Amino acid sequence: MSAGAVAQETGAALARSDADGLNATLYWSQEWLDAQAGVIDRRASAGETLPLAAIPVALKDNIVTTDAPTTCASRILEGFVASYESTASARLRSAGALIACKSNLDEFAMGSSTEHSAFGRVRHPLDPERVPGGSSGGSAALVAAGVVPAALGSETGGSVRQPASFCGVVGVKPTYGRVSRYGLVAFGSSLDCVSVFGRTVSDASRVLEVISGPDPLDATSLDMDPVRPAAGRRDLAGVRIGLPREYFPPDLDAGIRAGLDRTIAAVRALGAEIVDVSLPHTRYAVPTYYIIAPAEASANLARFDGVRYGQRRVGPEGDIRSLYRATRGAGFGPEVRRRVLVGTYVLSAGYYDAYYRKAQRVRGLIAADFAAVFGTGVDLLLTPTTPTTAFRAGEKTADPVSMYLADIFVSAVNLAGLPALSLPVGRSEGLPVGAQLIAPSRRDELMLEVAAVIERTVPAAEDVR
Amino acid sequence: MSDWETVIGLEVHMQLRTRSKMFCACSTAFGDPPNTNVCPVCLGLPGALPVPNAAAIRLGAQAALALGCTLHHESVFARKNYFYPDLPKGYQISQFDRPLATDGTVHFDSAERGRVAVTIQRLHLEEDAGKSLHDRVPGRTAVDLNRAGVPLAEIVSGPDLRTPAEARAWLTVLRQILLYTGASDCSMEEGSLRVDANLSIRRTGDAALGTKTEIKNMNSFANVERALEAERTRQIGLVESGKQVRQVTLLFDAASGAVRPTRSKEESHDYRYFPDPDLPPLRLTTEWEQQQRTALPELPEARRRRFADVLGLAPYHAGVVSSDRPLADYFEAVVAAGADPRAAANWVAGDVMTGYNADGAFAVEPARLAALIGLERDGVVSLQAARRVFAELAAADADPRAVAERLGLVQVRNADALSAWVDEVIAAHPAETARYRGGETKLIGFFVGRVMKLSGGKADPKGVQPVLKERLG
Repeated sequence: MSAGAVAQETGAALARSDADGLNATLYWSQEWLDAQAGVIDRRASAGETLPLAAIPVALKDNIVTTDAPTTCASRILEGFVASYESTASARLRSAGALIACKSNLDEFAMGSSTEHSAFGRVRHPLDPERVPGGSSGGSAALVAAGVVPAALGSETGGSVRQPASFCGVVGVKPTYGRVSRYGLVAFGSSLDCVSVFGRTVSDASRVLEVISGPDPLDATSLDMDPVRPAAGRRDLAGVRIGLPREYFPPDLDAGIRAGLDRTIAAVRALGAEIVDVSLPHTRYAVPTYYIIAPAEASANLARFDGVRYGQRRVGPEGDIRSLYRATRGAGFGPEVRRRVLVGTYVLSAGYYDAYYRKAQRVRGLIAADFAAVFGTGVDLLLTPTTPTTAFRAGEKTADPVSMYLADIFVSAVNLAGLPALSLPVGRSEGLPVGAQLIAPSRRDELMLEVAAVIERTVPAAEDVR
Repeated sequence: MSDWETVIGLEVHMQLRTRSKMFCACSTAFGDPPNTNVCPVCLGLPGALPVPNAAAIRLGAQAALALGCTLHHESVFARKNYFYPDLPKGYQISQFDRPLATDGTVHFDSAERGRVAVTIQRLHLEEDAGKSLHDRVPGRTAVDLNRAGVPLAEIVSGPDLRTPAEARAWLTVLRQILLYTGASDCSMEEGSLRVDANLSIRRTGDAALGTKTEIKNMNSFANVERALEAERTRQIGLVESGKQVRQVTLLFDAASGAVRPTRSKEESHDYRYFPDPDLPPLRLTTEWEQQQRTALPELPEARRRRFADVLGLAPYHAGVVSSDRPLADYFEAVVAAGADPRAAANWVAGDVMTGYNADGAFAVEPARLAALIGLERDGVVSLQAARRVFAELAAADADPRAVAERLGLVQVRNADALSAWVDEVIAAHPAETARYRGGETKLIGFFVGRVMKLSGGKADPKGVQPVLKERLG
């Protein structure tokens, strides 16, 4: 099929999802799709090999492109069009992919439900009263709704795996540094990771292969080849999979437990060895995350000051301080303001040691937990991705801490910089259940190979409860 | 005044001499139109990331080694957070608790205290901010971000200086060293060297330090000295009239010679430093450090000593000739071309340096100068004549002897010619001749001078005397 035809189909699908009120897109237009398709078709007919020829990929709207606005779902960036292209999107384009749209997100990727978007919440494709998870909820919903086969999201603390789990799609967070952050609007730089959604492990892997690999524009990028899982693994013989007991609490949602139980049984049947393991510092992951991520965010978001780009408001006093206050006060939503304030506080003289420094030490302990377990010969960890299935909109917006706890099984991975993915393993009361695989640093390939085997065995759309 | 001791420490910001900025590929060229040397990184655009400039790290390390510092094999870039329109990211990337280098020493000669060791507390790398232009658009502040991201090394001295004159003298030595390393142009005019000073006073003999103030906005070493003098006088005046020195930042006004508090509010800044997560710790190996050491030139102090001890220069000449690396290189080239070192030093500290200071270049090839020095040593030309030849060579390269001959400056030693001039002078001065013959022999100088004048400077003075003595005697 020509890219031109794909662009037409994609435009129609996007229009339908918009009309259905999914609210998953922040920017696209048919002319924009057609223009991209024209380029792809010309390159294809010139004989170029395009590994993602005319594959539509949605882009979370915190990844900059030169031909579309980037808002981060924030008023403060309304109307901003970047003057440069992110490495991830440049590599997608170079591979012939069609950037389908810029997708909705929690403002500056801060949230777990995509309710904190300045442009309205994203609906769960299976139940409009529920949230798709977040912060990459727009990308997750678009893949789940069948609008696009794959999408880019970003993770700081589970922002791809958690919505992937809620929406019943595959969400892959690679090892920190395997995908360049250049052009990903920074939230928590030591945690941020461009990540991938796919309908299948293979779709996600194809996209990840294209966007990964070293980038001289990102000093934290790893000098490793692109992520390229081997094909052909049929079973899990010789694979040792750990079940960290802290991830299976007694009060775990029954549907989630059922989904995991059948996955564990399937994995065992496929020949894997199952071992119980412990990650004792797990319970400190969310509090540690909510010190380090806001601290980094408070500095990362300082550049949105109304001086050079984005929205500017002149304050009542007319001086520069007043301009900062007015611009940032009006431009940032409440969750962003909360995190900037928390981050500023934990870095302040007199509090730095008690919060930021201590959090960094705990982060080290959390990473050491994983290293110790993997050091005993465990190849991968299998856990639930989320403590519950998708919750109702409005259920947690009034209580930030309960919202933060939606990420209780995903944030430790970001603190340790590890690769992890979420795989749909069934449904509970009609809502998807996700299982999480966590791999040692740089073992993204093994994780994807094992996930592909599980995917073939465990029916994702089957009710388990 | 003598009741009070002044304690001064200096912070020197030096622009590292790289073609591109600290964390991006933009040019560091000075004087380009505003906001032309900018990119997503130094503009602080959303999503852009810094990548360290290896050349800046190398130059910073070389400067640190030249200042005798310990180079740390792991240092950390940190974010220094504050809002200002010319600070695009809302933070400056600097180094805080893990600087590139610490614990150096730079000696200098104090007029009062002799040889003094001044500690270098630290040298760290950072990026410069942009420039706020308050006079470009009436009633508004314009921002030029060409400087944003330009690589700097900040060098912090210990509180080891005791007078404003010492501060100036030490800065001169420091600058010599930094220029020698090639790490910076050290031009205060172009902003590649900036100096902030801290000053406090205490009763002579006290061990505890007084409250210090910081002085900024000094655009020359002379003004550093003036500003420190003004601040010392101000602080002593305050304390002697029963008031207290408050910790403030002051700006020096070169026109009035006074220091004034900055207009900004007295807020104590909390910069909320934390390690920059965009930049992994800067790791250096022993082997790399060794390469940087090897790359260092002989430094001014070592060179001065060698010029004095090995080449036999007088202390003054050894100091002057080694003060500047190109000047010292030139001197060594002249010596290598066969000139006597002391004579060469005389020339280099004289006519050569005058021309070099004026044009920044050496107009006469070292070998030509060596040849000229040889002509003077051999009595072919007088020193006076040699200086004229030098001026000619500076204008157009040529063989010194040919120039001397063309200008008729080759000294005449031919006895007949000398005798003719001597006879003419004696004939023209009968009275002096009589006095000389009457025993007033010190008049010989008078006669030599007359002969020289008559000959148009061409007579060889060494040859004239014996002829004169013979004819007068």
